[in-house]
Amino acid sequence: MAVVGRAALILALLTALFGIGASLYGARRGRREWVDAGRRSVYALLAILSVAFAILELAFINNDFAYNTVANNSSITTPLFYRAAAMWGSQEGSLLLWVWLLSLWSSLAVFVTRNRMREIVPYAVSVLLGFGAFFSSLLVFFATPFALTSPAPVNGAGLDPLLRNPSMMIHPPMLYSGYTFFTIPFAFAVGALITRRVDAEWIQVTRRFALASWLFLGLGILLGARWAYYEIGWGGYWGWDAVENAALMPWLISTAFLHSVMIQEKRGMLKIWNASLVLGASTLAIVGTFLVRSGVLNSIHAFGASTLGVPFVILISAMVAGSIYLVVSRRQVLRSEHRLDSLFSREAAFMLNNVLLVGLTFVIFWGTFFPLISGAITGTESEVGAPWFDRYTVPLALMLVLLSGIGPVIPWRRATLANARRNFTLPLLAALAMLVASFTLIPISSSPATVALFCCAVFVFAAVGQEFWRGWRVRRATSSDTPPGALLSMVRRNRRRYGGYIVHVGVAVLFVGVAASATFQRSHYVELKPGQSDVVAGYTMKVVRPTAAIVTDPTSTGALLTLGAIVRVSRSGHYVTTLHPTAEFFPDPSGAEGPVGSLIGGDSVSELSLDSSFRRDISAAIDAPSVQGALQGEINRANFLVNSDKAGPKARVDLSYLLLAAIAHGYLTHTPAAQFKLTSSPLVMWLWVGALIVFAGGLTAIWPTGGATARVRARYFARVAQDLGRA
Amino acid sequence: MVVLVIAVIALLLAFLVWFVGAPLRKPARLEQGGDDERRALEAARAAKYAEIRDTELDYRTGKLSDEDFRALNRQLRAEAVEILRLIDELR
Repeated sequence: MAVVGRAALILALLTALFGIGASLYGARRGRREWVDAGRRSVYALLAILSVAFAILELAFINNDFAYNTVANNSSITTPLFYRAAAMWGSQEGSLLLWVWLLSLWSSLAVFVTRNRMREIVPYAVSVLLGFGAFFSSLLVFFATPFALTSPAPVNGAGLDPLLRNPSMMIHPPMLYSGYTFFTIPFAFAVGALITRRVDAEWIQVTRRFALASWLFLGLGILLGARWAYYEIGWGGYWGWDAVENAALMPWLISTAFLHSVMIQEKRGMLKIWNASLVLGASTLAIVGTFLVRSGVLNSIHAFGASTLGVPFVILISAMVAGSIYLVVSRRQVLRSEHRLDSLFSREAAFMLNNVLLVGLTFVIFWGTFFPLISGAITGTESEVGAPWFDRYTVPLALMLVLLSGIGPVIPWRRATLANARRNFTLPLLAALAMLVASFTLIPISSSPATVALFCCAVFVFAAVGQEFWRGWRVRRATSSDTPPGALLSMVRRNRRRYGGYIVHVGVAVLFVGVAASATFQRSHYVELKPGQSDVVAGYTMKVVRPTAAIVTDPTSTGALLTLGAIVRVSRSGHYVTTLHPTAEFFPDPSGAEGPVGSLIGGDSVSELSLDSSFRRDISAAIDAPSVQGALQGEINRANFLVNSDKAGPKARVDLSYLLLAAIAHGYLTHTPAAQFKLTSSPLVMWLWVGALIVFAGGLTAIWPTGGATARVRARYFARVAQDLGRA
Repeated sequence: MVVLVIAVIALLLAFLVWFVGAPLRKPARLEQGGDDERRALEAARAAKYAEIRDTELDYRTGKLSDEDFRALNRQLRAEAVEILRLIDELR
């Protein structure tokens, strides 16, 4: 079937190339049938890539180690759940997932716009198929997932243990969906600029696609942070890693676009800026993909060195050059229809928000690429760490949170003094109360940045709460709805407005979680044996007893040996919770560690044990290498015993497992000291709650308008038609 | 096995040619540009109505003074009328 898979990729490339030609020919000559053929090429690309995707997925599920990709990223001992997700653990498989998702979302975009924007769509289709052709050609010429080895190995290397987490099934597809979705606003922006039709319909369509990509990418980033919190970071959700930053940059730029496009919608301003933001966000999404795959920067998430760097640099250069040419050559079409009326208006607040978001992106871009920049200038690659990022991003984030409270209460065009008094009094009083509380009731005054953030967050809650309250009162006065019904109908009739407000509340809640946990997290690295304890932020954490499991590992990751400890947590003598951190040991397929050592001599992973509540998270992690190091003497003795045995191969394997069981038993009876990380983090839960609120708001804003809104529009239509009759 | 593989690839190719080439087997049609114009104006009209509603809500929730609201509402409604006029011209 590998030949069929390879043929499918070649056919996908040819389909994309044909579609580009057909769309452009149809658009230039005004020939509808060629445009339709181009559109159908997008659907065909999805169908043919689905075949390739299914063939590779089946190879992983069926342990077909004749495929190099399967042999390098899966094994017989890898559980089925992780075998199904192992495909995107490899460079080739993840590229196939990327282009398959691209074709899926492109098909959706082409279907949704099948009867709209007839001039723009052929160009947009050719751009989307251009991306499809690029990634298909990578799979055909540079990183084919269907390369075979003969004879096929009996077993594979296994999936990287760090990837054996349920998030592996959902995080990469979600992140790639975000990245691939960004190509859609890009394609429609290019089409609109080529045809010089940057009109209301373009905004309507592009805004929705940009919002969808913003949602997908944001959800992908959130899932990644959650995964890192449990697996990689031992309680750290963000490490300013190059690949994390690469995902954040297009998300920030699209956040800026979602705000500034409203100014274009209402005032006909910022057209050049908006076109640049759409094009820039998509280019940054491709830069993110390049960072993961080229190996130019060190990252725990990257695939390592590869030959894909040059093709990506060519693509990114073409996107940047093409974008600049289109914006500059269409500047007449993009000129503003109005000027800013007042610096004290919602337009001005949105502009400042855009400046801050773009500034934040620039800081992150600079910090991320600093190793390359410093390497080019000095010949030595230097990295900037988390403190450098924090120094610049914290003040910018503070101002952004404050603006997310100012935006909802300030009117378009111009705010008067009376208006300011009416709308800002309550939020300012609430922020002032928070300031007083932070020095009296809540012990956070030691960190001025956290105090400022809490005050800004309370300002946002009060501002948005006031907006909901006033809107609800208006709705109650103008309808016969029940109180909850009035709230629901108010949101339903103004999804964008109230969806946006909900997002602002979510952002403020999220930053409360980030600020509190980053500032007041307490962690201890200590060496403990059973019976010993340590005190972290007032919590006494005592190692009660060790645990051990062979083959039947408790987290179903395929680890052969799992060692851990039961940790009892108490505060002032009162029981709080029990934690069970573990260290998992995976086989080494090379066999270099000897017959017993190789059963557990591959990668090892520390599984965090966490007790989470709205007030605080308490966690314990056990350092796997320190445990393995302590057992090395036992492992060496066991290797010697098996090697000295004269029995046949099967009996030697049985003896190896028996000795591994003896080592595990020895760990339970004579437990060596192990390195623990014990952590107390306040309010982390609010980070995840805030993120959920953000996405609930995003979904509210993107949800299609229903019949009620259509009726309201019809009413306005009638009213304006009356005016037309009088005019 | 080889025959089966060749047959599957041929089937995929045949599907692509049939599916993608279907519109080309129909009589040639010219693209109609006026439809885009009308749809763009309808989108502009929907956006303008949304803006009128937003302004009314802003006024009722105390973000706009009487005077500002009257001026703004008059201007927005005039812009909506202009869009309706353009839509009528296309019919």
